[in-house]
Amino acid sequence: MGRAVAVIGTGQTKHGRRDDLSYPDLVREAVKKAFEDAGITPKDVDGVVYGSMPSMMEGVAYNHFYFADALRTVGKPLFRTETCGSTGQSVAHTAIHWVASGMADIVLVVASEKEHEGDAQATMMTILEPFLMVTIGGAPVAFSLQSREWMGYYHIDEDKAREAASIVSVDSHDGGLNNPLAHIRVKLTKEDVSKAPIITYPVRLYDVCPVSDGACAVIFASEEKAKKICKKPAWVKGIGFRGEEYFIGDSSKAVWQSTIEASKEAYKEAGITNPLKELDVAEVYNPFSYQELMFLECLGLCPPGEAPDYVIKGTFSPGGELPCDPSGGVLCCNPIGAAGLIRVAEAALQVTGKAGEHQVEGAKLALSHAMGGAMQFNGITILGSEL
Amino acid sequence: MAEQKEKPRKVASMGMVPYEMALGPTWTRFFEGFKEKRILGTKCNKCGRVLVPARPFCPRCFEPMEEWVEVAQEGTIVTWSYVNYTYFGVTPDMIPVIGATIKLDGVDCGTGMWTQIGGFDIKDFELVTKKVKVGARVKAVWRRKRQGNFRDIDYWKIIE
Repeated sequence: MGRAVAVIGTGQTKHGRRDDLSYPDLVREAVKKAFEDAGITPKDVDGVVYGSMPSMMEGVAYNHFYFADALRTVGKPLFRTETCGSTGQSVAHTAIHWVASGMADIVLVVASEKEHEGDAQATMMTILEPFLMVTIGGAPVAFSLQSREWMGYYHIDEDKAREAASIVSVDSHDGGLNNPLAHIRVKLTKEDVSKAPIITYPVRLYDVCPVSDGACAVIFASEEKAKKICKKPAWVKGIGFRGEEYFIGDSSKAVWQSTIEASKEAYKEAGITNPLKELDVAEVYNPFSYQELMFLECLGLCPPGEAPDYVIKGTFSPGGELPCDPSGGVLCCNPIGAAGLIRVAEAALQVTGKAGEHQVEGAKLALSHAMGGAMQFNGITILGSEL
Repeated sequence: MAEQKEKPRKVASMGMVPYEMALGPTWTRFFEGFKEKRILGTKCNKCGRVLVPARPFCPRCFEPMEEWVEVAQEGTIVTWSYVNYTYFGVTPDMIPVIGATIKLDGVDCGTGMWTQIGGFDIKDFELVTKKVKVGARVKAVWRRKRQGNFRDIDYWKIIE
């Protein structure tokens, strides 16, 4: 993969409804924290990468122009990378490639969303052309269709899938309670989740992520710089990214090749042969609880069709073999463009022992993941405490 | 800085842009077929797959798909979902709806364009869960007046 790369600092805003700040102020909140965390100044940075959802989300095209000052990009090269929900992974990968190649030593990565300023669902409907793949039900229906396809393909009992999805939601919301920056911080029971109003069946209210405002900044550095600047860097052990065809019916979404192939590539690079055993924590992108079940399988964390059994026996719960989304995950906080980068930042916090109340004790190897597009993209970044 | 008394406020803004998107020859012909109650796919002469909606080129082989095939109007539900919330452009009188991906007989992909299951009281959720299943058979029901767009198929009816 080229030169070794490390995360030397992260910063996140308080996520939620942030009408109190203008959009550049919100971006600055995360950027400032990342610089403070890394203990460097903007003049140490060689370049900046930024990403978000499409312009309609907040009504400003090329919003990285609007944020030029908040991104501290004056006098520096600036890349914009976006792949919808997986944007956060894509911006991280852009920086990793940049540093690994030797063309830069320190790169600032920023991603953000301020969904309350516009209409998130209206924006997401413009991701598909309007005459062939006309969606009914916006983003929730796309991923509900995917979940149902998965349930149908493996003949998974509806009640069993419901129970497992409820556990995923309860665990994530418990994580949110331990994460002071999370948007949704509420105690739920399995019954609260399984009896909640239907949004897009089988998906109910607490199976769905919220609409959030928030930003995340992560600073990547070369081995030489990281060792000089940072006492405890989080090392990039492996990355993987895969795209798929546009038309949703063209390939299986139950056995999702882009998740499978992206994670295989990342595991190979990281030298991981048994991810369930070797990983200590996973920040799986889970805007929908049912979708997380499918991800657990496609990320190779349990056998195909058996995610509900593994979830029900507690494998991915707090204290289980591989705790997932101790931060509360996307179910508790979804500033979409930033959500994939928050997964990277959370993985870095975990392997450097800085995750506070939601720290997984002794975590040394963490997976972060995000998906995006018309069920088209999956990106993985694995971070570790050792080079 | 002295403490600020006023609450930070917002400013209203709206952008509206009309578009005219070219369908190109393949999708023009595909929707012309709808006017005559025909569902047309195209076949890739390299991998042999028939795809609906018709494609100008094979997404996998990158070869032109110039052979037209009229396909069946019956198929099998690959997946479905019951949409029961309102969002941008959707008012309470427009829900619930049942979205689905359908694999038409003789077609090598699922079709997920404006495919709604209907023809019975879908407000009755119990009835929905009884009738609508992955693997259930469905048949296209056309609108009387067709205009050559996705709305021409009114809904997909469950074949009992």
